[in-house]
Amino acid sequence: MAELKAQNPFADLLPLKIGGVSVDARDLGHLTVLGDLGNRAALAEALEQAHGLALPEPLRSTENGATRCIWLGSSEVLLIGTPPDAALTKVAAVVDVSDGWAAVQLSGVGAEDVLARLVPVDVRTSVFERGHTLRSQLREMPVSITRNEGGFLLLVPRSVAATMVQELRRAMEAVASRR
Amino acid sequence: MRIECPICGSRDRREFYYQGAAVALDRPAPDAGDAVWDVYLHLRDNPAGETRDLWQHEGGCGAWLVVTRDTVTHAISAVELASDVKRAMA
Ligand SMILES: [Zn+2]
Repeated sequence: MAELKAQNPFADLLPLKIGGVSVDARDLGHLTVLGDLGNRAALAEALEQAHGLALPEPLRSTENGATRCIWLGSSEVLLIGTPPDAALTKVAAVVDVSDGWAAVQLSGVGAEDVLARLVPVDVRTSVFERGHTLRSQLREMPVSITRNEGGFLLLVPRSVAATMVQELRRAMEAVASRR
Repeated sequence: MRIECPICGSRDRREFYYQGAAVALDRPAPDAGDAVWDVYLHLRDNPAGETRDLWQHEGGCGAWLVVTRDTVTHAISAVELASDVKRAMA
C-alpha cells in the first residue's frame, strides 16, 4: 500500500520574519469541531470528564496542557491537540477537520499593527487579552484569532493558507517601513 | 456602518451578509393557500422608517440576526438573534 506523506500547507513560505514580526507554521495535530446539539451542559460535562477542559464561553478559549478548546462560532467549539474521546459523540456533532485548517503563530512587537491592517476588529491587549478568541475576516478570508502566550494563533481554511501568508507579508513590510 | 452582534459585539458591516425582510421567520403553512403564499414570497413593504431585516454574521460567529433599522436615518435600534426571535414567536 502506498505510504502517503502529510504535506505542510505553507510549503516553503514559512517561517517569515520582517522587522520585529514573525510568522511560524504550527502543526496543531488533531482538530475537531464539536457542534452543540442543544444540550450545552451535557457537552460541558463530557469535555471536562474526557479531556479536563472547560467548555469555552463565546469569544474565549480554554486549555489543559497541550490540549485546547477554542470557541469557533455561535454553536461550535474547536478541540485542539487530541483525538476526541468517544463519549463526545453522544453529546455533540463531532467532525474531524485536522486537514481543513492551517495554523500560524504571529508574534513580535508590531503584531497588533499587522493585524490592524488586515482585520476589522481591535485586537490590542487592552481589549483582547490572553485566552480571548474571535472569528472575523483577514482581508476576505475567514479567520479564527486567539491571543496566546507569545502573540496570536491564526487559523484559516487550508485552501487559502498561501494567500494568508501573502497578505501577512505585505502588511508586515508596510509596518516595518514605518518604524 | 457597524452592527452590534449579540454574540461578538460591535463589528464592521463587511462581516455581515444581508438576506432581506425578516418575514422569512414567519413562513406560512404549506396549505395556507395561493394568496397567502403570494404575499409571503413577493409582496414587501417599502417603509420610510422602521424596517426589520435578516442578516447573517457570516464573517464572524455565523449567527442569523434580526436587525431593526430606520431607512430614513439609517439608525439601528435593535439587533437580536433570529433563534431568540423565532422562539418568542412560538
Ligand atoms: Zn457574531
